[in-house]
Amino acid sequence: MDGNLNALTTVFTEFYYWVTVVFMFLIHVGFCMYEVGASRRRNHMHTLMKNVMVIPLVTVTFFFFGWWIYWAFPMFPFFGGLNHEMGSGNLPWAQTMGPNAADRITGVFWAAFLLFSWTAASIVSGAVIERIRSSALWVHAVLIGSVWWIIDAAWGWHYDGWMVKFLGYHDAYASGVIHAIAGGYALGVIAVLGPRIGKFAKDGTPRDIPPHNPWMLTIGIFLIYTGFWGFYAACNVPVISPEGIGGQITGTTWTATNIYLAPTSLSGITFNFLMSLSGGLMAAYVVSKGDAFWTFSGGLAGVITASAGNDLYHPVQAMLIAAVGVVIVYRLHFWVERRFKLDDAVGAVAVHGYAGFVGLIIAGFVLWGAPSSPYEGYATVNPLGQFIGAMIMFFGLGFLPAFAVSKIQAAMGVLRIPEEVELEGLDYAEHHAYEEAKEAIIEADKAHLATKLTPAE
Amino acid sequence: MSSIGYESWAVDLADVGPIYPFQGSEMLMVALGVIFWLGWHRIQFVRESEHLERAKKRALDHEKVQQSVERY
Repeated sequence: MDGNLNALTTVFTEFYYWVTVVFMFLIHVGFCMYEVGASRRRNHMHTLMKNVMVIPLVTVTFFFFGWWIYWAFPMFPFFGGLNHEMGSGNLPWAQTMGPNAADRITGVFWAAFLLFSWTAASIVSGAVIERIRSSALWVHAVLIGSVWWIIDAAWGWHYDGWMVKFLGYHDAYASGVIHAIAGGYALGVIAVLGPRIGKFAKDGTPRDIPPHNPWMLTIGIFLIYTGFWGFYAACNVPVISPEGIGGQITGTTWTATNIYLAPTSLSGITFNFLMSLSGGLMAAYVVSKGDAFWTFSGGLAGVITASAGNDLYHPVQAMLIAAVGVVIVYRLHFWVERRFKLDDAVGAVAVHGYAGFVGLIIAGFVLWGAPSSPYEGYATVNPLGQFIGAMIMFFGLGFLPAFAVSKIQAAMGVLRIPEEVELEGLDYAEHHAYEEAKEAIIEADKAHLATKLTPAE
Repeated sequence: MSSIGYESWAVDLADVGPIYPFQGSEMLMVALGVIFWLGWHRIQFVRESEHLERAKKRALDHEKVQQSVERY
């Protein structure tokens, strides 16, 4: 860190990412609350533990190989080999992967990406509640969190990724690279897993399974909104010079950039986050006829739809794009549910998967011809590139691997819980020690009470 | 042709202003946004009136109203 300005910039950037990571933790808190609130009383602890254990499992695997994939895979395997030069500094045994006075960025940057990994895994976790085995979900969590999403990030969310270079793929705040892939992945799992008992009537009509605690859901989704602020900030490089970018930008004016190192501003994305949240909430309220949970989810789906281009959209564009996306997503959710008898317990496939997919395609039209990168020789943003990108995210890296792995798990008999346990409830089946201890202490308290008090006359 | 007015970032950022798509159409975009906003109010007023009308008819059942009051 030679020179005061360089030192200040480095320490500011280090602190900036650190703050985003803390904010993003709220996304996971929100997902936990949402899932527990949506589950029935007999499945609380299982639902909670299923999502909590995503944290350590994805963290350690992201340290061991996920982070290396991001740096080694931008051209691999279709347009080149592994990038060992970039990858080597991000292997778990590299000296930069620990306290190192010469490197103040790797740890916080790794953590920012890791929090995205948790989010991807947690999106899948919500769709499968009340009937998946934890062991099966945790394999999926590692696969989506530390393998598939980070491959898509290397391809389409990296300044050197082949999708950016050859397709002009543009996805500034991860409509595709987090949400479309995680929604597609969730769809692949639930297609094999099957619906919860009672979800569909004999004639195939879907039944609503109401949440046990609507207030917990409400707080959960508001925490997800809050964490989403951190997510947006984490997708930017806060301040960098044209020299630091090393691309085509001339002059000496420093800027914030998106993940592709192309100019944007924190101010611009703040406009767009709030306007797309609002457009999503308003459209969802109308289309769902005031249903509270679809309205809240619609706010999230609105942001996700606009996220691909929220680095560049005008705020009114962000609002209208969010609204259009939410109407499509809502209709598609119920059509798929009826047509294919799929039980997406929290609407994760719709809110994340369909919204992300639709958002990518809309960005292709609205940002048509915009530069995807500050470097020379990159394709510009275009609808075909965005459509191919959306297919790669949702189906190629999301749905297909999930479907294949779930099929293997189902064949081995380790995907779904037994029917008897599903009816009895996972909390008693897996956490019987807790339930028995609870009963024992209640009995003990009642016995003690009986010896101390005489009933009122 | 680029919707944001720049086909590459081979520019001096000191000379760059707005970078959103369809610059020059701000008034039109705001007009569309205002139509969306006012349209939302219109839909909401109509729907709520219909909803309350239906609720009023249901509320003629005295026993049900009594149950609701007791439920708090």
